[in-house]
Amino acid sequence: MADYEIPKLKEYPVIPVLQPGVSAHLKPYVAKADFQTALNFPGELVENWEQKAIDKIGELKGKYRSLQVFLDSCVKCGACTDKCHYYLGTSDPKNMPVARQDLLRQVYRRYYTFAGKLFGKLGIPGFVGAKEMTREVLDDWYSYYHQCSQCRRCSVYCPYGIDTAEISMAAREIMDSIGVGQKYCNEIIAKVFKIGNNLGLPQPALEDTLLGLEEDVKDATGVDVKFPLDVKGAEILLVTPSADFFAEPHVDGLMGYAKVFHEAGVSWTVSSYASEAANFGMFIGSYENMRKVALRIREAALELGVKRIVFGECGHAWRVAYSFLNTLAGPFDFLDPNYPVPQHICEFTHDLIQKGKLKFDKSANDRRVMTYHDSCNVARASRMGDKPGGQFTIPREIIKAVCNNFYDMPPDTIGEATYCCGGGGGLLTDDLMELRVKGALPRMEALKHVVENNGVTHMAAICAICKSQFTKVIPYYGFKMDQIVSVHQLVSDAIVLTKQ
Amino acid sequence: MNALSWSYVFMFYLAMLILVVGVTRKIIQYARTPAPLKIPTTPAPVTKAGVVWRMATEVVLFNSLFKSNRWIWIFGWMFHFALLLAFLRHLRYVFTPDCLIWPLINNWLVLNAGKYGAYAMLFGLAGLLARRFLVDRVRYISSPSDYLMLILIMGIAGSGTWMSFINHVDIIQLKEFVLGLLTFSPQALPTDGVLLTHLTLVLILMVIFPISKLLHAPGVFFSPTRNQVDNPREQRHIAPWARELETGN
Repeated sequence: MADYEIPKLKEYPVIPVLQPGVSAHLKPYVAKADFQTALNFPGELVENWEQKAIDKIGELKGKYRSLQVFLDSCVKCGACTDKCHYYLGTSDPKNMPVARQDLLRQVYRRYYTFAGKLFGKLGIPGFVGAKEMTREVLDDWYSYYHQCSQCRRCSVYCPYGIDTAEISMAAREIMDSIGVGQKYCNEIIAKVFKIGNNLGLPQPALEDTLLGLEEDVKDATGVDVKFPLDVKGAEILLVTPSADFFAEPHVDGLMGYAKVFHEAGVSWTVSSYASEAANFGMFIGSYENMRKVALRIREAALELGVKRIVFGECGHAWRVAYSFLNTLAGPFDFLDPNYPVPQHICEFTHDLIQKGKLKFDKSANDRRVMTYHDSCNVARASRMGDKPGGQFTIPREIIKAVCNNFYDMPPDTIGEATYCCGGGGGLLTDDLMELRVKGALPRMEALKHVVENNGVTHMAAICAICKSQFTKVIPYYGFKMDQIVSVHQLVSDAIVLTKQ
Repeated sequence: MNALSWSYVFMFYLAMLILVVGVTRKIIQYARTPAPLKIPTTPAPVTKAGVVWRMATEVVLFNSLFKSNRWIWIFGWMFHFALLLAFLRHLRYVFTPDCLIWPLINNWLVLNAGKYGAYAMLFGLAGLLARRFLVDRVRYISSPSDYLMLILIMGIAGSGTWMSFINHVDIIQLKEFVLGLLTFSPQALPTDGVLLTHLTLVLILMVIFPISKLLHAPGVFFSPTRNQVDNPREQRHIAPWARELETGN
């Protein structure tokens, strides 16, 4: 099945012994010139790139307080060393968060600190953890900053809150700025600019797909549940990851949203212009590109004249939506002020459940014993509802409202301590399959625990990346791909449609 | 006043200048650098008061470190708390009995806590140093300067402990020296080997503070993942350089 060893699932998580360099060969394809230039980056490695990379560090640390403070503050205490799923899965020490940060920090120290400059001149920069900018360093950056899913687990445990995601975003932006971009992310962003979504689904294809879904729901339920596209004057604009339009189990979630909207009796629409919730601009640390992608949502909302914006199930998308959308594309004073902008589909559904406006037949989900995977960016970079931690309780309350059997995975693997699926942060690409399989290890161990102890049969998620990643990698660990479900798939299966 | 005393007077002023100017510059840099995006590690407080509480638990109790690794937490917290106790005990060199706060400094509790806390400090530091040698992950991320930093502080703690318990120095004359520094009327320094070692190491620490990882002390207060309020939907947050992008198109 694979030409590398699949990690064994252990009873208890074990911190692996260091194996330096074992995942140095894991690097994604480099972006071609066309896709680089579409994002305003140089097409190939520029001349004098060493100096340009150093200058870019200086520019970014002047624009981002996080970067400046994080580069200075690490004391190498080691608290984060066993917290990264990629380290746990690969044993490569450069996947320990602090070591990953140090790949950039060593260059910062060499060129921007007194100690680094001094010891650099003496020929022993390593004495103070500094290092010259060389090809070897750039290669390390390319490998290991593409082995970080920006999941922020390390930042929970750092006594100074140092977030490796911030460092890896900066490193990717530096690499882009000298002409070394990642194919997967940059191609996708270019596609969004050109067509409107990550998958490159043009308006007619989208229309066909949505009509097909209407027929499917009609066949299954006998009810006319609409999947509107580009409807002006609709109340709600639904922005959802494009995987929801056809991938499994994502599309079952989309059917769930449609049924909930149907029961709520609100008009809604998808926009073909902003038919993508995900914003890969974040993965590459590019504020400009992230803003350009986000502005499409604002433009679509204005164009269609909607009153509310609701986001579908998507992790990093929800981070950009919840935490950044107001910054990047706000203010949204043209929308209905009675609702948060944007709103998560789980907030929307949960609210209706609280008000008793949805009817469920929970027994429809009795063939499933559920557990729930907290998606990293929902857990540690966003919120739902008006209380801290709503991002943990709201999805669980929805699941419990529609399912009779629910068990949580061990507490150190959920909530704010949740493990990334192994495919987030722009790594969900086939050229990183080995990394994705290994990075899933901690989550697979936690899943195995509840499968064996509680008879869990299915794991629900609210992130397009988690769903795609898990369906692809869990067969390597002896599970079946259909054991991964969307939260709104459970809603969809249990909801009783009362309106025609 | 001998040459030795004069040289220490000079070095103290120089080190103090480097420390104050260096750290102030860093703080200004941190404060002036914009944080363009809301990135608190969630769940995060939704009010300013909540953020103050979160920061207090981090700074006083090392909350995140506690969640992370109990060994590092025990050693690290012991060391830092003992450092606070030692600091309080040292205040008696700076303040005179006519000060209002003198009874708060010169009392049994502060003096003894500072004195015996030295052992806790050495124990904590030894634990941190042992981890650097013994835990393969921590050894991997350690540079020579990381070991030396611990050894330097152990040297300060060790020489201080030595003077408290074994080789007492003339603290009356020492206090005159310190007050002399503060009032710009230099006084002679007791020429005791252990004291001079203690003071020299402190001078080194002061000088490297603004150019080393000791910047974690001011840094933690500026860490956006810990000091931001979780309210991006309610309040638009935008950095000046980001606003310029908006007027650009």
